[in-house]
Amino acid sequence: MEIRPENIQSILATDCGSTTTKAILIEKREGEYRLVVRGEAPTTVEAPFEDVTRGVLNAVREIEELAGRRILDGDRILTPQRGDQGVDLYVSTSSAGGGLQMMVSGLVMQMTGESAQRAALGAGAIVMDVIALNDGRRAFEKIRLLRQLRPDMILLSGGTDGGDVKRVAEMAEILVAADPRARLGAGYELPVIYAGNRDAAQIVTDCLGGRTALTVVPNLRPTLERENLGPARDAIHDLFMEHVMAHAPGYKKLMTWSPVPIMPTPGAVGLIIEKVAKNDGIAVVGVDIGGATTDVFSVFQGVFNRTVSANLGMSYSVSNVMAEAGIESILRWVPFAVDEIALRNRIKNKMIRPTTIPQTLEDLVIEQAIAREALRLAFEQHKSLAVGLKGIQSERTISDIMQQSQTGSSLVNLLDLGLLIGSGGVLSHAPRRIQAALMMIDAFLPEGVTELAVDSIFMAPQLGVLSTVHEQAATQVFDRDCLIRLGSVLAPIGSGKPEQPCVTVELRVDGQSPINRRVPFGELVRLPLPAGGTACLTAIPERGFDLGLGRGRPLETGLRGGIAGLIVDTRGRRPFLLPPDPGSRIQRLRAWNRALGVYPREV
Amino acid sequence: MTHSYTPGLRVSDDALLHRERRLPLKGSVTVTRGQRVTADHVVARCHLPGNVQTLNLAARLALDPARVPGSLTRPIGSAIERGDVIASSKSLFGLVRNKVEAPTRGTIESVSSITGQLILREPPIPVEVNAYVGGVVHEVLPDEGVIMEASGAFLQGIFGVGGETGGPIAVVVEGSDDDLTRERLRPEHRGCVLVGGAYVSHDTLLRARDLGAAAVVVGGFDDRDLRELLGRDLGVAITGAEDLGITLVLTEGFGRIGMADRAWSLLSRFAGHRASVSGATQIRAGVMRPEILIPHAHAPAAAHAPADHGLEIGSLLRVIREPHFGRIGTVIELPPELRELESEARVRVLVVEFSDDGTRTLIPRANVELIAG
Repeated sequence: MEIRPENIQSILATDCGSTTTKAILIEKREGEYRLVVRGEAPTTVEAPFEDVTRGVLNAVREIEELAGRRILDGDRILTPQRGDQGVDLYVSTSSAGGGLQMMVSGLVMQMTGESAQRAALGAGAIVMDVIALNDGRRAFEKIRLLRQLRPDMILLSGGTDGGDVKRVAEMAEILVAADPRARLGAGYELPVIYAGNRDAAQIVTDCLGGRTALTVVPNLRPTLERENLGPARDAIHDLFMEHVMAHAPGYKKLMTWSPVPIMPTPGAVGLIIEKVAKNDGIAVVGVDIGGATTDVFSVFQGVFNRTVSANLGMSYSVSNVMAEAGIESILRWVPFAVDEIALRNRIKNKMIRPTTIPQTLEDLVIEQAIAREALRLAFEQHKSLAVGLKGIQSERTISDIMQQSQTGSSLVNLLDLGLLIGSGGVLSHAPRRIQAALMMIDAFLPEGVTELAVDSIFMAPQLGVLSTVHEQAATQVFDRDCLIRLGSVLAPIGSGKPEQPCVTVELRVDGQSPINRRVPFGELVRLPLPAGGTACLTAIPERGFDLGLGRGRPLETGLRGGIAGLIVDTRGRRPFLLPPDPGSRIQRLRAWNRALGVYPREV
Repeated sequence: MTHSYTPGLRVSDDALLHRERRLPLKGSVTVTRGQRVTADHVVARCHLPGNVQTLNLAARLALDPARVPGSLTRPIGSAIERGDVIASSKSLFGLVRNKVEAPTRGTIESVSSITGQLILREPPIPVEVNAYVGGVVHEVLPDEGVIMEASGAFLQGIFGVGGETGGPIAVVVEGSDDDLTRERLRPEHRGCVLVGGAYVSHDTLLRARDLGAAAVVVGGFDDRDLRELLGRDLGVAITGAEDLGITLVLTEGFGRIGMADRAWSLLSRFAGHRASVSGATQIRAGVMRPEILIPHAHAPAAAHAPADHGLEIGSLLRVIREPHFGRIGTVIELPPELRELESEARVRVLVVEFSDDGTRTLIPRANVELIAG
């Protein structure tokens, strides 16, 4: 069905998550697309329902009640809109049933292995494991792993075009020996995508063609210097629809309701983040911290990357945050003394009863301390994968040599970061927006000037899939109803001693007297910014501090307003250090919380 | 959201229980429908494909990969013993003869003319599945396993570690609020499912294991001790495959928490009965909790199904998060509007009257569980 954007007056979009199906209704009012209402209902992929459409219909019924108009005709979505009944377009994303789980393989872990991982993650998959010839596992261990993990799909890559075919064949043979089975439905062949050396395509086809549902696409690393992830990502999306979704309960029916292919949820979020970065011409980082997983998306130097930290989250995976970060790393953010045994038990009790919420202020503070560490770890993982291509030959200048830069260094440059978007319950539903802002600052440690925002109700997935057919509607709703702009953070790079001069700030807002502040080292200061308005910032760092233009060089820039205002963070970068002794640390944390008004009382 | 409360763990005196016993791969079922079996009776068995070994024949025989298939001395599919010559070649005008011996017993599965690799599969690994719970074979799943049926008492824990086990129930403390300590353990507890009260320490648990106890069921356990027990911090609650020598089931959670009265009284009533216990826990979509099944001859009430009613005025509940963790009370009021908590979060709440002192307070609905059978 051809979609004519100019004729679309109303849009219904759903995101079928693992536990909740979320629906939004968008309508064109006075020439602009706006969110009208949202509804939600439990996802119904699992027994006893085993039909995803039941949950979709329940969520849409909530929309009908809230909007006061009819969208359904029995168990069918009325399209197109006639009068005030029905909608013109229905789109959906899905991560139900655990999302898209893939295994990827390359020849060399740091080269084609990483490229394959980026292709799969960018398409919205969870990468269960990466197999490569140099992964340190022996052949039988690789085979055992392939057999045990039961992925939804395998992406096989390896070799540059025209290179050695023997090693690629070796990987294909390992796959044949493993005879892996698909996760959903034992009765169908496992989808395998081959995106490696084109000269080995026939050998791979001979090897795997009769045993798997093989799709051959152009090489994702045709030369060492070039990555070509598009065809592999498109193939992943197509096979996700054809094989994985088609075997998930109720999806065949759901697919007939929408003229737009159902997308994996994170793939859709990635699309909208990419669009924001492109439209505003800035580097963007987006993070979605859930109960089980944390996704990080970034666009730096025009290159999109996504990672998923499968076991970092605030409920099901909360204990894993403690295991990975260490209890001391969590405790460093807590401004009061906590007994370690009691804290360990508290975190485990959240893991076994994941739907509970903090009731006391102290409990909230601990939850937000854990969130900082989950976000920090997820971002560390992201930085290690969002890198330039490794193994390439590049011309090096004298300055490269002085900086010891090398191929494969991270693309993430926090000085370039223009916008940091947070999403997920602990950020989107923090009782005070300043809490979300400070959690993101502490976890990501932005440098220079960075704008902060949260996704109000996590509708980025629905807007991402909508952007594939109606970019204007998606970006208008994203900007006006989805994104809550919190303000900005100004953080000079450098370190000093407490009370040593660090930066002088002048903030000018039309119609108001300018604000001038000298901020010493080691402080957090909050200056008001008009919500919905703009301001001009001039910041002059002291000689040992850098705002991105060089040590001591002033910075002038425009700022968008937001409820958290401008946060001047002079606690130091590269390194950022908290006082090592508990007494001083607690004193500093309390002073910073007071300065920003983070909590209603001292904790 | 329709379900903002935890439905509560199941405790039932008389339930009709069904447990699927399935092989990991197709195999043979050794029992028939209607047959009465004990918990340790083998109901199905199969053979898992053996591990695979790869041999680079091209390198070992100094041959071009294309010539490797011709070097085999035994055809594909042959069964071989360790040390059998499986490939050979001649070099230096036939003066030097190279040969490759099988490093293990198995079957020659395939050989590649592109990579020169031979794949050798080791002998199959036998796997047996037992009935787990004593009862009747309710249904045979051809080639795959059975569904066992038993009537009896049933208790779910909140968290466990260790796999399936079983034995007679021995209550080793005086009350639900007592701790299970070393001095309460006796040699006659060997093979038993020990019921403690509020808490067991790592040290006592190891003592129980050394005495040969099958399982310990207790209210709470410290996470610090869990780390000692597992040798690592448990990140995600997916357990059951640990080889600990004992199974631990917590009925309440982490810390020292008195066992809920319903659980305590059920286990006390069935002291001496044989119980089947599993510590397997998975807290993700498709939640799996540890369980204690106690088959007995009383007529079952009905097939066991979760309670399907929500919170109502008068519902008995337990608080499952600080600051009132573990306290029991009755729902007095269910305000429809969102209310602000001390944390300033605005959420759906209820008013509870505590059973112990009659005081009333606001609790988030997400932080209670129904006490229901």
